[in-house]
Amino acid sequence: MKLDTSGLETTMPVIGFGSNSEMLDGFSSVPSFDLPRTTDFDGFQKKAVEMVKPAKGTTTLAFIFKEGVMVAADSRASMGGYISSQSVKKIIEINPYMLGTMAGGAADCQFWHRNLGIKCRLHELANKRRISVSGASKLLANMLYSYRGMGLSVGTMIAGWDETGPGLYYVDNEGGRLKGDRFSVGSGSPYAYGVLDSGYKFDMSVEEASELARRSIYHATFRDGASGGVASVYHVGPQGWKKLSGDDVGELHYHYYPVTPVTAEHVMEEAAE
Amino acid sequence: MARYDRAITVFSPDGHLFQVEYALEAVRKGNAAVGVRGADTVVLAVEKKSTPKLQDSRSARKIVSLDNHIALACAGLKADARVLINKARIECQSHRLTLEDPVTVEYITRYIAGLQQKYTQSGGVRPFGLSTLIVGFDPYSRLPSLYQTDPSGTFSAWKANATGRNSNSIREFLEKNYKESSGQETIKLAIRALLEVVESGGKNIEVAVMTREETGLRQLEEAEIDAIVAEIEAEKAAAEAAKKGPPKET
Repeated sequence: MKLDTSGLETTMPVIGFGSNSEMLDGFSSVPSFDLPRTTDFDGFQKKAVEMVKPAKGTTTLAFIFKEGVMVAADSRASMGGYISSQSVKKIIEINPYMLGTMAGGAADCQFWHRNLGIKCRLHELANKRRISVSGASKLLANMLYSYRGMGLSVGTMIAGWDETGPGLYYVDNEGGRLKGDRFSVGSGSPYAYGVLDSGYKFDMSVEEASELARRSIYHATFRDGASGGVASVYHVGPQGWKKLSGDDVGELHYHYYPVTPVTAEHVMEEAAE
Repeated sequence: MARYDRAITVFSPDGHLFQVEYALEAVRKGNAAVGVRGADTVVLAVEKKSTPKLQDSRSARKIVSLDNHIALACAGLKADARVLINKARIECQSHRLTLEDPVTVEYITRYIAGLQQKYTQSGGVRPFGLSTLIVGFDPYSRLPSLYQTDPSGTFSAWKANATGRNSNSIREFLEKNYKESSGQETIKLAIRALLEVVESGGKNIEVAVMTREETGLRQLEEAEIDAIVAEIEAEKAAAEAAKKGPPKET
């Protein structure tokens, strides 16, 4: 895929501080920096970030229900059309009662979740009580906000159980932070939302909710090329998180859509003729 | 010894920080303050030296709130108190912003004590000349707390404590008479303790109460305080009479 660099090409001379300084003979130049040579200066930064931003090729989801929070994700990592790994851990264990999901740059997500884990532990030690899910997600959001525009790619959900009950927050690299009951993040999220939203009920049991989560991830991996591998499902309850299942989505396909055996005679007849 | 009290960053040969000790002297000269922690009520009572007639007493409040659920009283240099209180109030809001939760009493006490300690280990500054009594209820758990800090920057939790003028005698009284209490009993205990060293009467005492159910600090009206003081006097008189009564027969 050829990158579109038209936004960086010179179309007309720049109007501004920088290049006029040589025309002011004998005058000391005003401190300045190079402005991008473009007609659309406001859109320039956005275009530049879009160019380098890796697409968030993944499917992750999380939802709150009666028994706590259900968190699920696929495990495929892709670089363009190349599947670089089928076994990536996209659900990160921040501490025994909080989980984070990974979408976007793998290194960014892993590093910042680990960093958040450190901050949460320090908070516990200083204050002799666990940090709340809203507090932890706010720490992460503020940290990502301070790196805004520098090319971080993080689309994560922080799920946990604290004093006020189950908590779920969506945090991204723009520094945005949303509280909610149901989220899905990644290129496969539209497909996952379809299955999740139509099957969701607050009063589900843990088994029903985990089946819904697994099915949503499966359907997203079926249609989205950037999602696949293993569908992992975690449950966060009052005692902390627990991994419920990790099923290969290829096998899940045949579990949902079993192949009916065709009688062999038909095939042989066609081949003979 | 005179050589070691100019810059507080210096220890004396026998391990004293004289500026901190002098700050404690300033506290001992300040007005008496009492704090009592009950099961569902926390009370702060402070001695009010006679208000000049022309002064607007509302501007000279000695018990202030740091947030909806935390209150503070202090003994010592009032100007230093203003600085510490403003910083603490900002910290309470900053905590609400970054952690989306109100502070616990222990957290804000630790912050204030930390500030007081910083000024005992910096160049060119003197310690804050005040000890504080901090009361409040923790968010969610709603457990009551009473903490005290002093100019050295140490802090600890108490069931009841006093600071300022004659604090030793008040503390002795509290040790003898403290028992687990709630509601009006807690308020009475605090006022009784303060009356040990302060002239009796509503205009010499400032009392503020915080309960688990209500939000905010409630400053008691002078009339209310007078009523409680009268109750206490009556109880005292009855106790005296009971002591003197029976053996009078010869």
